[in-house]
Amino acid sequence: MTALETPQEAPAIVLGIDTPPHTPAIVLGIETSCDETAAAVVSGPSAVLSSVISSQVDLHARYGGVVPEIASRAHVELLTPVVAQAVIEAGLSDHDVEAVAATSGPGLIGSLLVGVSAAKSLALVWDVPFVAVNHLEAHLYSSFLEEPDLELPVVVLLVSGGHTLLVLMEAFGRYRLIGQTLDDAAGEAFDKVARFMDLGYPGGPVIDRLAMTGNPEAVAFPRPMYDDGYDFSFSGLKTAVVNHVRNNPDLDVPDIAASFQEAVVDVLIHKARKAAEQYEAKGLCLAGGVAANSSLRERLLDACVAAGISGFLPSRSMCTDNAAMVAAAGWQRLQLDGPSPLDTGADPNLPLPFMRSGEPAA
Amino acid sequence: MLILGIESATQQVGCALGGHEGVLASAHSARGRRHAETIAPQIQFVTRQARIELRDVGCVAVDLGPGLYTGLRVGISSAMAVAYALAVPMIGVSSLDLLAFAVRHTNRLIVAAIDARRSELFYAFYRQVPGGIQRVSEAQVGTPDDLASELLATSEEVLLVGDGARRYSEVFDRLQKTEIAEQDLAHPSAASLVQLAHARALREEFVKPWELKPIYLRVPDADINWNTR
Ligand SMILES: [Zn+2]
Repeated sequence: MTALETPQEAPAIVLGIDTPPHTPAIVLGIETSCDETAAAVVSGPSAVLSSVISSQVDLHARYGGVVPEIASRAHVELLTPVVAQAVIEAGLSDHDVEAVAATSGPGLIGSLLVGVSAAKSLALVWDVPFVAVNHLEAHLYSSFLEEPDLELPVVVLLVSGGHTLLVLMEAFGRYRLIGQTLDDAAGEAFDKVARFMDLGYPGGPVIDRLAMTGNPEAVAFPRPMYDDGYDFSFSGLKTAVVNHVRNNPDLDVPDIAASFQEAVVDVLIHKARKAAEQYEAKGLCLAGGVAANSSLRERLLDACVAAGISGFLPSRSMCTDNAAMVAAAGWQRLQLDGPSPLDTGADPNLPLPFMRSGEPAA
Repeated sequence: MLILGIESATQQVGCALGGHEGVLASAHSARGRRHAETIAPQIQFVTRQARIELRDVGCVAVDLGPGLYTGLRVGISSAMAVAYALAVPMIGVSSLDLLAFAVRHTNRLIVAAIDARRSELFYAFYRQVPGGIQRVSEAQVGTPDDLASELLATSEEVLLVGDGARRYSEVFDRLQKTEIAEQDLAHPSAASLVQLAHARALREEFVKPWELKPIYLRVPDADINWNTR
């Protein structure tokens, strides 16, 4: 033994050598922000190797909305099997996962914490980076999973039970907020109208289905803030529907559904198209659960043709909450910011990192 | 067999590592209830302190509750993920068992009582038996007065343990022959968890990660949260 023996506990820190960091390609994504327990594996920014979603919608249906405590309990039960299935379906062994991404907000706090906690533990055991993902940012990436060659900038209309946003995506990681709802989210309006009319939960698909046989011009419901900037307001429209049904109890339900849906879609499409033109976007994309609405999908493509821009509709399973979009956003965030620390928590009100309006475009 | 224990049923959160040599390292934090932020760094800390690699862990033990739901779930989902990632089995232990285990060296009737919020307690009764303790009642949820009247009916000496017993001490101090265990014992400990789980591991009482069921003792509130979806 020599006196100069290296101490065994020497910290393994090498200074001054700039080795190019290995870029993780295989990312496991976890999504538990609301009522879908989901896990997925992507390779790089856009190749989906697996995407598993266990929906809790039946658990919440009898309450007419998502019950946070029921959602959290279900996530704990479902998450491990869902992750295991995503890894198996991707044709991987655990050791192939190179990073773990999870939604850390916005969403239901108790539900978010289940996913974030599990993701950090997986990353710790597998000794790979953990990356916290903003749920809204994840939705912005859903189109790119199916259409990687979409040209930027695009305007994304993100409409779900919790959100209604018009976003200008200038580059990956560079977003400008164009408009948002001042009260109810679009999907929330669907749920509340459906609940008032006793149509069941969730409201979006029921109203969509009924509207197919109804007359969208039967009732001229208001188009709130139609020509008033880019923000939205659906609370007044919901109240108008409720009052109309109260005063005319014998009205045809499909007609009401179609007329209500037409009013929502009119406003969404009008503003999205106007934004795409004003910001000279190359395309217009839909995202979020309401993007599964047939009328909205049809009308968005019509609007794009009329405006001479490209339109993209993610498949219905990519519109609703899923973990492939979380993994894809995680891959992007790893390139942009690197890993998140292991003491990351969850934030129910996590904002999208928008640029300020004064900042120059990319 | 090396056991990693994760415990987060009350305001305290802790991790410990141990096996047949006893507890090799443990950490706990009693401030702030930021369980989700704390657990992964604690796991890292105890593995380093115990000078082991996580892959050497052969079993993950976790506190199944009852307790404060959000924190409890953070611990359980962390523990399930560790066990799944390591491909090792799990052992679930009740938080009330952990409290009672820490005061097992008494001939008195042991009552473990955890603060359940909303002016209620989660509680169960225990007795010392050779080599440990035995639960002699179902775990239940009730008000401090409910528990106090149950205790009034017994003529035995009673040792109450847990943050619930301490929070409502004025209710129990009025009873004869009743003592409340000290603050240091008021929260389930990850070290106790590892010790209890080790005994069960010897009997191979393992479960798979997806077989674990948290102990809630209450049906969920059906309040719909419209704004945070
Ligand atoms: Zn969503």
